[in-house]
Amino acid sequence: MTSPQDFAEPLLRVEHLSMRFGGLVAINDVSFSAQDCAITAIIGPNGAGKTTLFNCLTGFYTPSVGRLTVSHSGHRWLLERMEAHRIAGTARVARTFQNIRLFGGMSVLENLIVAQHTKLMRASGFTLAGLLGLPVYRQAERAAVERARYWLDRVGLVEMADRQAGTLPYGAQRRLEIARAMCSEPRLLCLDEPAAGLNPRESADLSVLLTFIRDHHRIGVLLIEHDMSVVMAISDHLVVLDYGRKISDGPPAVVRHDPAVIRAYLGEDESESEDDANGEDRNRREGQGSC
Amino acid sequence: MAGLVALLLTLPLVGLRTVEVQSRLTIEPHLAEVAMTAFLVFLGRLGLTVAASGLPGPVLLAALATLGAGWFLPFPTEALRVLALAGAAVVAIRTLWALYRRQDPRSQQERDRSLDLWGARLQDATRLIGPVAVALALALPFLPFTDRAVLDLGILLLTYIMLGWGLNIVVGLAGLLDLGYVAFYAVGAYSYALLAQTFGFSFWLCLPLAGLLASLAGLTLGFPVLRLRGDYFAIVTLGFGEIVRIILLNWGDLTGGPNGIAGIPRPSFFGIADFTATPASGQVAFHQMFGLQYSPLHRIIFLYYLILALALLVNLFTMRIRRLPLGRAWEALREDDIACTALGINRTTIKLAAFAIAAMFGGIAGSFFATRQGFISPESFSFIESAIILAIVVLGGMGSQIGVVIATLLVIGLPEVFRDLAQYRMLSFGAGMVLIMLWRPRGLLSHREPTILLHPRKSATQQHAEAVGAP
Amino acid sequence: MDYFLQQLINGVTLGAIYGLVAIGYTMVYGIIGMINFAHGEIYMIGAFIAVISFLAVGLLGITWVPLAVVLVLILTMLFTAVYGWTVERLAYRPLRGSVRLAPLISAIGMSIFLQNYVQLVQGARVKPLPPVMSDVIVLADQAGGFRVSVSALQLLILALTVALMIGFTQVIARTSLGRAQRACEQDMKMASLLGIDVDRTISLTFVMGAALAGVAGVMVTMYYGVVDFYIGFLAGIKAFTAAVLGGIGSLPGAMLGGLLIGLIEAFWSAYFSVEYKDVATFVILVLVLIFRPTGLLGRPDLEKV
Repeated sequence: MTSPQDFAEPLLRVEHLSMRFGGLVAINDVSFSAQDCAITAIIGPNGAGKTTLFNCLTGFYTPSVGRLTVSHSGHRWLLERMEAHRIAGTARVARTFQNIRLFGGMSVLENLIVAQHTKLMRASGFTLAGLLGLPVYRQAERAAVERARYWLDRVGLVEMADRQAGTLPYGAQRRLEIARAMCSEPRLLCLDEPAAGLNPRESADLSVLLTFIRDHHRIGVLLIEHDMSVVMAISDHLVVLDYGRKISDGPPAVVRHDPAVIRAYLGEDESESEDDANGEDRNRREGQGSC
Repeated sequence: MAGLVALLLTLPLVGLRTVEVQSRLTIEPHLAEVAMTAFLVFLGRLGLTVAASGLPGPVLLAALATLGAGWFLPFPTEALRVLALAGAAVVAIRTLWALYRRQDPRSQQERDRSLDLWGARLQDATRLIGPVAVALALALPFLPFTDRAVLDLGILLLTYIMLGWGLNIVVGLAGLLDLGYVAFYAVGAYSYALLAQTFGFSFWLCLPLAGLLASLAGLTLGFPVLRLRGDYFAIVTLGFGEIVRIILLNWGDLTGGPNGIAGIPRPSFFGIADFTATPASGQVAFHQMFGLQYSPLHRIIFLYYLILALALLVNLFTMRIRRLPLGRAWEALREDDIACTALGINRTTIKLAAFAIAAMFGGIAGSFFATRQGFISPESFSFIESAIILAIVVLGGMGSQIGVVIATLLVIGLPEVFRDLAQYRMLSFGAGMVLIMLWRPRGLLSHREPTILLHPRKSATQQHAEAVGAP
Repeated sequence: MDYFLQQLINGVTLGAIYGLVAIGYTMVYGIIGMINFAHGEIYMIGAFIAVISFLAVGLLGITWVPLAVVLVLILTMLFTAVYGWTVERLAYRPLRGSVRLAPLISAIGMSIFLQNYVQLVQGARVKPLPPVMSDVIVLADQAGGFRVSVSALQLLILALTVALMIGFTQVIARTSLGRAQRACEQDMKMASLLGIDVDRTISLTFVMGAALAGVAGVMVTMYYGVVDFYIGFLAGIKAFTAAVLGGIGSLPGAMLGGLLIGLIEAFWSAYFSVEYKDVATFVILVLVLIFRPTGLLGRPDLEKV
C-alpha cells in the first residue's frame, strides 16, 4: 500500500472498493493506485473480480462501497458518482472488452471516427453546422481521419481501413479495439485481456504496442491479463486479486516472490492454463490451501 | 404429415362456418373445402419432398400444370383457387430454385453473399437510377397516360416512402424498434387540423408547427422509455401508439372522437393563390394567376409535388446525417450500445435525437395527410399502419434508403394494382412479412456502404467483394 | 362496500383469463427471449374454436352442461395446440439464431395473417353465443342495496385456472420436459450438447402456451358470450403486460400479474372511466418497465458487459 510515489496524486486511486451482487461479494474492500505513464497489471485467477473492477471503474456498475478517483491535468473526478459515458468523455478513461465489442457492421475507419464522437459533435455544431456543410466541420473531420490513420498505421491495419470491422481476423479485431480506445484520447486506458486468443507473435507485438503507448503517449495503462509473458515483460506494477480481495501489490519482481501470491496463483506450474476451468481451479486451490 | 396438420388447422375454422340464421348462431359445414385444403397442402408438401430428393424437373412441370389448370378448373370457392394458385407458384419457384442449385454447388452462406452482391450492384446502380427516378417522378404529372388515379397512387406511395424514410432513422439507423410510429403521424395530422380550424393558421405555418409538436411528443414519450432494451422498447412504443389512438377516440370535445375532424382546409399555393374555381373576393386563384383553364387536377398535381419535395427532403437529410457524427453514433448504437457508452457517447441523448427527428418527419407527413384527405379520424392511425410502415423499413433492408422505395412499391403498390383481390390484401401482407423474413432476415437490400473512406473511392460492388474478403 | 366486492370478483375472474394467456408469453420469452406477438391471436382463435365447438356439441345433442364444457375444452386445447405448433414451426424456428429483430417482425406478420385469416373464413361480424351457464349464487342481497353475486361460471373459471396452474407448476418442476425447458432457458447450446432436443422442447413450450391460451379463449367466450376477430390484439397486450408486471420468465409471476391487471381494469372501469381502461393498462406497462423492469417476482438482471 505504501509505495514511494504516494506523495504525488496518482492517476487512479481505488479506495475500499466493494461490489456486491445480492449475496455474492465480487470485490471485497480493494484499494490500490495506478500511476500515470505506467502500466499497472491486475492479475488473479478467473472469478477474482477483475472484470467487475473494470465495470465499476468505467461506470457500468455502481460500486456498493468505495471511492474511485482519477486525477490529471489539475482536475479530480470521482468516478463512482459519474455516468458511464461521462467517465469516458470527461475523465478520459477508455476501455476495451474481454469479448471484443466492435461496431461489426461499420467499416474499420468508421469505428475509429465514432471514437472521436464528442469532439466531432462539438465541431459539427451539434449537427447543425455539419448539416449546412460548414468548413469548420470538414476540417475537424479531416483531423479525425488523420488521427485514425495514425493509429491504423500503429496497429498495422491501414490496408484494411475500408473493410467491415466484423469481417477482420480475430487478432486484427483485438488491435482495432485498442486503436479505437486510443482514438478517444484517453488518459487512462483499461484493457481487459487484450492478449486472449493471440498467438505468441501477436502477443509480442501487443507488448511492443503497449510500451509504445505508455512511453510516447504518456498515459496510464491498466491491464487485466492472464498471459504472464506479457504481464511480466511490460508491467511496472502488479495488483493481485483473489476471491475479490487484494492479496498482493507491488513491482513484478516483488510480487512474484510474495508467498501469498505463490500459494494462490503463481506457484503452480499450470497456473497459466487456469483461465478456462473456473470451478475446477477453485477446488484445486482450496485443496492446496488446506495442506 | 403436413396434410394432416392442415386438416387439423382448418377443420374447425374453415370447415364449420358460423352463420346467423334468424339471429341465432349456428354452424354450417364446409368439409369439402377442408378436405381440399388438406389435399392441396399434402400435394405441395409431396412436391417439395420429391423435388428435394432429386426429381425437381417433373415436379416443376406438375406445379406449372396446376398453375395453369387453376385458372380454368372450377373451384368450390375463390379462396381455394387462390390457395391452389399460390401453392403451385411457391412449389414452382422452389423447384426452379432446386434446379438452379443443382448446377451451383454453393453453400447457403455463399448464396446469401451473392444476393448481397446483387444488392450492392443495385446500390451502385442507384447512383444512376436515383436521379433518373427523381426526374421521372418530377415528370410524372405531365406524362400522357397520367390521370387522376395515377397521381393519387403516386401521392399515396410517396407518403409511405416519406414515412418509411422517417422511421428508417429510428429503426434502420439507430436500431430501435418503434412499433408506435403512427402516433406521431396522428399528432401531426391532428395538430394541423386543429390549428387550422381553431386559429385559422395557414398550411405553410402549420406544417413546421405540426412537425415541432410531433417531435415534442417524441421527446416526451421517448424520454422515459429510451432506457429500455430492444423488445421491451418495442412493446412500450406499441403501447404509446395505442394510448394516443385511444385518447383521440375518447377526447370527443377536442378531436371529435370516432367521427374525426372534417373540412380541414386545403393548402394554398404558397399562401398567394388558392386552388378554387371561384376565389373569395380579394384573392387570386391559381388558374387565374397563371392564366390557365381551371382544372381540379391542379391541386392534385400541386399536392403531388409537395409530398415529393417533402420526401426528398427527408432523404437528403438522412443521406447527410449519416456522414455526420450524430448519424454515425446512431449506427454505432445499433451495432453495440455498450461500446458506444465506453467511448463517451451519451446513449440517451443520441436516441432522443433520433426519436425526435423521426417524429418530426412523421408529424409533417401527418399534416400532409390531413390536408390531402380533408378528413381525419382515429381509424387512420391504428396499429396496422405502424406495422405497415415498419414492414416497409424492414423488408427494404434496415437503413437502406432505396430499399424503402422498393419495399413501398411492393407493399403499397402491388395491392393497389391487384384491387380485385382486396380481401386477401392484409392476409397476403402478413404472409409476405413472414416469408421475406424467412428468406432474407436482414431485408431485401442489406448491403451497407461506409460513410467515409480512407482509400480512393471504389464502386459498391468492389467494396462489397473486399468487405467480405472474397478474392 | 358491496360494489367493491362485486368488482373484486369480476376483476379476479378477468385476471384469471389474462394470467392464462400471460403464461404463454412468459414461457416463450423465458426460453427463447422473444415476444411471441402472435400469442394473442392464438387466444382469439381459441375463442372462435370454442364458439364453434359449443355449437357442434349442441348439434350432436349433448346438452348436459358439464360434459359439453369438458368436450369443448379438450377440443379447443387440441386445436390451439396445433396452431401454436405450426406457428412456431413455420415462422420462428427457421429464424432461430438470426438477426435479433427478424423473429419479432415475423411474429407481427404472423399475427396480421392469423387475424385476417379468421376474418376471411369466419366473417368480420361479432359472434354472439347463447349463455351456457347462467346459475348465479347471490352472496349479498340487501333490500334496495347493491346485489353482489358470483356466477357459477366465474367459479368455474377460477377453479379451472387454479387447477391448471397447479398442474402446470408440477409439470415444470417434476417432469423431464420441465427440466429440459429450464435447461434451455439457462443455456440453449449447452442443453443441446447434453442431449436435450432443443427444437422439441421449444415446440412443446409453444404447444403448452397455446393450449392454455385456448382455455382462456373458451373462458372468455363463455364469460362474455361474444367473440370477434379483433380481441386477440388487446388481450395479447394486456396479457403481456401481466407477464412483465409479474416478472417475465416467472410462472407464478404471470398469474399474479394477470390478477393485478384484471383487478386494476375492473376497478378502473368501475370507479374512473370505461373508455380509458386500456390506457390504464398501458401506463402500468410503461411504469413497470421503467421503474422495475424485472417485474414483481423476476430475477434481477444486470446489463452484461
